[in-house]
Amino acid sequence: MSKAKFKNPVVKWIDHRLPIFSFMDHELNHYPTPKNLNYFWNFGSLAGIALVTMIITGIVLSMNYTAHVDYAFDSVERIMRDVNHGWLIRYIHMNGASFFFIVVYIHIFRGLYYGSYKAPRELLWILGVLILLLMMATAFMGYVLPWGQMSFWGATVITNLFSAIPLVGESIVTWLWGGFSVDNSTLNRFFSLHFVLPFVIVGVVILHLVALHRFGSNNPIGIDVKGTQDTLPFNPYYTIKDLFGLGVFLTIFAAAVFFFPNFMGHPDNYIEANPMVTPAHIVPEWYFLPFYAILRAIPDKLGGVLFMFGSIAVLFVIPWLDRSSVRSSQFRPIFKIFFWILLADCVLLGYLGAMPAEGIYVILSRIATAYYFFHFLILFPLLPYIEKTKPLPISISEPVLSGSSPASAFAFREKK
Amino acid sequence: MNAKPYCFKNKRFIIQSCTILSLFFSSQVCFAAGDKITYPKLDWSFSGITGTFDRSSQQRGLQVYKEVCAGCHGLRLLAYRNLKAIGYNDNEIKAFASENSVNTLNDEGEVVEREARPSDKFVSPYPNEQAARVANGGAYPPDLSLIVKARSDGANYLHALLTGYVDAPDEKKIPDGMYYNKYYPGKLIGMPQPLYEDGVEYADGTKATPDQMAKDVTAFLAWAAEPEMEDRKRLGISVILFLLVLTILSYFTMKQIWAPIKNR
Repeated sequence: MSKAKFKNPVVKWIDHRLPIFSFMDHELNHYPTPKNLNYFWNFGSLAGIALVTMIITGIVLSMNYTAHVDYAFDSVERIMRDVNHGWLIRYIHMNGASFFFIVVYIHIFRGLYYGSYKAPRELLWILGVLILLLMMATAFMGYVLPWGQMSFWGATVITNLFSAIPLVGESIVTWLWGGFSVDNSTLNRFFSLHFVLPFVIVGVVILHLVALHRFGSNNPIGIDVKGTQDTLPFNPYYTIKDLFGLGVFLTIFAAAVFFFPNFMGHPDNYIEANPMVTPAHIVPEWYFLPFYAILRAIPDKLGGVLFMFGSIAVLFVIPWLDRSSVRSSQFRPIFKIFFWILLADCVLLGYLGAMPAEGIYVILSRIATAYYFFHFLILFPLLPYIEKTKPLPISISEPVLSGSSPASAFAFREKK
Repeated sequence: MNAKPYCFKNKRFIIQSCTILSLFFSSQVCFAAGDKITYPKLDWSFSGITGTFDRSSQQRGLQVYKEVCAGCHGLRLLAYRNLKAIGYNDNEIKAFASENSVNTLNDEGEVVEREARPSDKFVSPYPNEQAARVANGGAYPPDLSLIVKARSDGANYLHALLTGYVDAPDEKKIPDGMYYNKYYPGKLIGMPQPLYEDGVEYADGTKATPDQMAKDVTAFLAWAAEPEMEDRKRLGISVILFLLVLTILSYFTMKQIWAPIKNR
């Protein structure tokens, strides 16, 4: 740890015994960061800020929320009408979930484009996928809490997926529900888990950061930092850049919260849950739609569930599926094209998830699902054998000067 | 205290939901496709990012609610005191509330009736859903507190529905107790036409056409669904102006800090 000099005697005294100030100075102030990061590297810190926002607003909401089937809906409406600025807290939380997913999805596609999952950052990537999985569980259970029609029927459809498991499926569903249907015990446990899981996410985020700071950020050209000439101290260069990014993000977020707070929600969720009346369409929140499309694309229920979970599971192993040693798509002409096809494929899956499962939509869902798995399971391992990568620059600080030398690319590969 | 029917442990429900789920997963479910209903798009005073409610329209809307809708539809999430926001004073609210009565306990522990106070929620016309259904031939008149938010394009939908009673095409069979409405999904609705020419007599002399009454009651119910809307939009404009200044300042600060690196 670098010897930080502190003037304040109290800080000095504490730091000698408990070096938290040295730690912060090292990890937030001097932390060497590649000098060539573009705006896509803003989304990590934005995700962290979104998480903190969700936790703070969530704690305040929980002080006014009642987890009971007879009172949950009305307690949310009381927050909206009678709690001082309750509508603001709730709309921030409600839209915050959507924006958290937007930020995290961009962060993930950034990692895919620039090969941030490759050695030595495999665990960093895996921890990230774990965070995504925890976020999905948390968001799903949070959506149940207002106890509207979509809350209830979404919970019914999704928990019923587990009944597809052979032999023990039905027992698992009963165990999840704490009864024989989605009911008060289900609502209570979802509230409990929705409260505690975000703190588990914080724990995994800390591990994610520890893993990140072990080797530092990847960068747009994807080659390793060679020395101090390639880096800048995090503060002030990236603190100010992150602040600017945060300003842009918050402006867009505020526009949604104040002017279109229900745009990303479903009107049916302002109808109190009624087990006797099924909504015409049961659709999940938009951020689950691609996975929902994969679920429905498979004609068999168990198969659908397996493919849906498989679509996340495959992300855990992509550091070993992608055999190319070149990280950034900038130097992988074919990989780059397929990256955009994958992105379009995921957007298409999202659209199909919102459409009724009939006619052309079913066929398209199947093609899009097939492509999703083809991309990771076949294209990733095979592409390095046919793709001719462009020569890599020698270092971050002289990317153009010596960039054309094929020897540099060769040297990089030898090192691996 | 809460008289809502509690039917979660109903066996019929389990069977019903299993049927629905099996339909759902065999991709056979029909999404009520067919002809898509479009509503006339009206120019509401409360739409847009600076839109506000029209107080006189809201007050006329309250009158329509009270004289026409309140016979069957509740407004249980709204309290009488909330009417202050649409321009009534304390005495008017007190008088308005006292026309209703609520149950309470006296000192002997007996259930007695008392006049409703401004702090009470709007008294619903029926004690529970079952009573409402029996009184309406099996149909349940929904509570209107959130109706504008609980329908897609709620304000236009509500206005269209209230003015959508037209003569049914000859080939259309109208079952007993059902009415033809060109804007209702399925076109058959359990609610008889509520608004007729001069159905109410407006205190401010506005001509009470069905279209005018539909607009007014929609303005009133839009406020009932989102009583925070005016505060929200006003605060939103200040917040966004603040954030824009912060963002612009941080942009130029960033440019200055990075200048030596970029120009090296």
